[in-house]
Amino acid sequence: MIEGIFVDGLIFSIMVLGILISFRILDFADLTCDGSVATGAAVATMCIVNGAGVAVGLILAFLSGVLAGMVTAAIHNRLKVPGLLAGILTMTMLYSINLRILGNKANVPLLRKVTIYTSMPETFSFLPSAWAALVGTLIFVLVIKVLIDVFFRTDLGLALGALGGNEQVIISQGMNPSVLKLIGIGLSNGLIALSGGLLAQYQGFADANLGQGMVVQGLAAIMLGEFLFSSNKISLITLRAVFGAIIYKGLMFFGRKYGYLIHITPNDFKLLTGILVIASLLIAQTRSMASSSGARKKAIQRSMANRQAEAEAEAQKASQAVDGQADEPRDTNETIRSPRPDGPSEEAR
Amino acid sequence: MLDIQNVTKVFYPGTVNEKMALDDINLHVDKGDVICVIGSNGSGKSTLFNLISGTYPVTSGTIVLDGKDVTHMPEYKRAMTIGRIFQDPTKGTAANMTIEDNMITALTKGMRGLKISLNAEKREFFREQLELIGLQDRLRDNVGLLSGGQRQALTLLMTVLSHPKMILLDEHTAALDPRNAQTVMDLTERFIASYQLTALTVTHNMKFAIEFGNRLIMMDEGHIILDISGAEKKKLTVDKLVKLFRDIRKKEFVSDEGLLTT
Repeated sequence: MIEGIFVDGLIFSIMVLGILISFRILDFADLTCDGSVATGAAVATMCIVNGAGVAVGLILAFLSGVLAGMVTAAIHNRLKVPGLLAGILTMTMLYSINLRILGNKANVPLLRKVTIYTSMPETFSFLPSAWAALVGTLIFVLVIKVLIDVFFRTDLGLALGALGGNEQVIISQGMNPSVLKLIGIGLSNGLIALSGGLLAQYQGFADANLGQGMVVQGLAAIMLGEFLFSSNKISLITLRAVFGAIIYKGLMFFGRKYGYLIHITPNDFKLLTGILVIASLLIAQTRSMASSSGARKKAIQRSMANRQAEAEAEAQKASQAVDGQADEPRDTNETIRSPRPDGPSEEAR
Repeated sequence: MLDIQNVTKVFYPGTVNEKMALDDINLHVDKGDVICVIGSNGSGKSTLFNLISGTYPVTSGTIVLDGKDVTHMPEYKRAMTIGRIFQDPTKGTAANMTIEDNMITALTKGMRGLKISLNAEKREFFREQLELIGLQDRLRDNVGLLSGGQRQALTLLMTVLSHPKMILLDEHTAALDPRNAQTVMDLTERFIASYQLTALTVTHNMKFAIEFGNRLIMMDEGHIILDISGAEKKKLTVDKLVKLFRDIRKKEFVSDEGLLTT
């Protein structure tokens, strides 16, 4: 059972990486995800059902996601509407398109078809079948993670990062931000659709409603990952997103398994995921507030200590001045500033 | 280098807020010119810069840059020739990336490919360049951690490294404290001299405008009212400049910027 959580989490992590690209790296609130994950599932499923094979199915799933993302970016670029609205438009349109792809059915099963998850136990025949699925998925995810890491270190990848940080920098360097957005949002949704394609094969069916609430789940996973460690290195940022995805699926698994004890049903999961995101945001906020109040306390302590040390030093100097006023005339200055009301300072003044 | 012919810019045309920001401006900039643009708020300096760099479209007129008509060219294409630095230090760099990533992005102009350009040799080059602004040991720090002065100095360095033919400096030291402003200004002069750049600078500081560059332009209410260069500019003083303004416009110079900063 534990392998199931990991496989589920790893498949989910590809989608989380896609959401990471749009939300975190490009700073583009893209809701296309809810549609494109189902598109990927639908395309992969129909390819397999119609005998085109797993590889073709996954490649086409990826490309269909790229296309969906590009539509969102094109709407945003051409009509100058916020990315949020562009994403919602594409997502809504995709719902109909996904039903078309599935042949006007809401659900297409992959019964008795060769999928990536039926062939994995054969490839890794030395392992139990559940573990074979895990190893296969792990390799798949690792390859994708490394490819993303390398991509974001290329000049184009860095330009995408700069676009998310400050669009003016991109314009100033003579690059068209619209083209970069097409590439970035396309890539993001390509990964999301690829994840959908894998998910359909793992669960054995494609569903038009597969994508509902996926963005929020992905964000929850990203935020869980961000609690693990902080870094500005892309390889660690993608790594913690993968971890976050697995942790999220783990939490959901235990929610399903033990949730009934406190009357939680799977129907409550969307609510709980939303609460999880809100809680993550709150914790992050409280954390930064705590660290700044900690810094304030330290600063106050430091200045108190400084003041005390100064006062002590001055008191010492003042007493020294009283002792040796004749031979140390240079100390007069300090003596004058001495706070002691009864000291020689009053006389000097 | 730059030819601005009969350029007019009207904001919100046809509404009650209609405003003529630039009124039939003509300006010729030679290669190697270093020009200071002065004028009170609302005189059209920033609008002029925005039209040159392509942030806004012109209402009428033509802009010829480096022999090409760029009047209808988008901003990012003109940026191949122009380097622009803003008053706001956060506009020139990406805060979410490290200094070295910012610099590799700034090193070339135009669309990128899938090459990994950042290598040990480039890092060494960046380190040498960063010594000028004292950031040589912070290549892997995020730019967001730098102070405003450091960020503006980095922006300047990055702009120069991308080899623009002309730079537009939009009050780029206005947000800095006097000492940092001086550092950034010294660097600016140094870069302009060593890369033989053509430069347009907006400033509110008349004394600085007199000392800096070979040409001075004064704007008022969307017109260029004064254009002094060469030997004539060298003889200028702040008092003379204020008097000239009075004689031309028959009104007092708005004192808060004109006189306080002399």
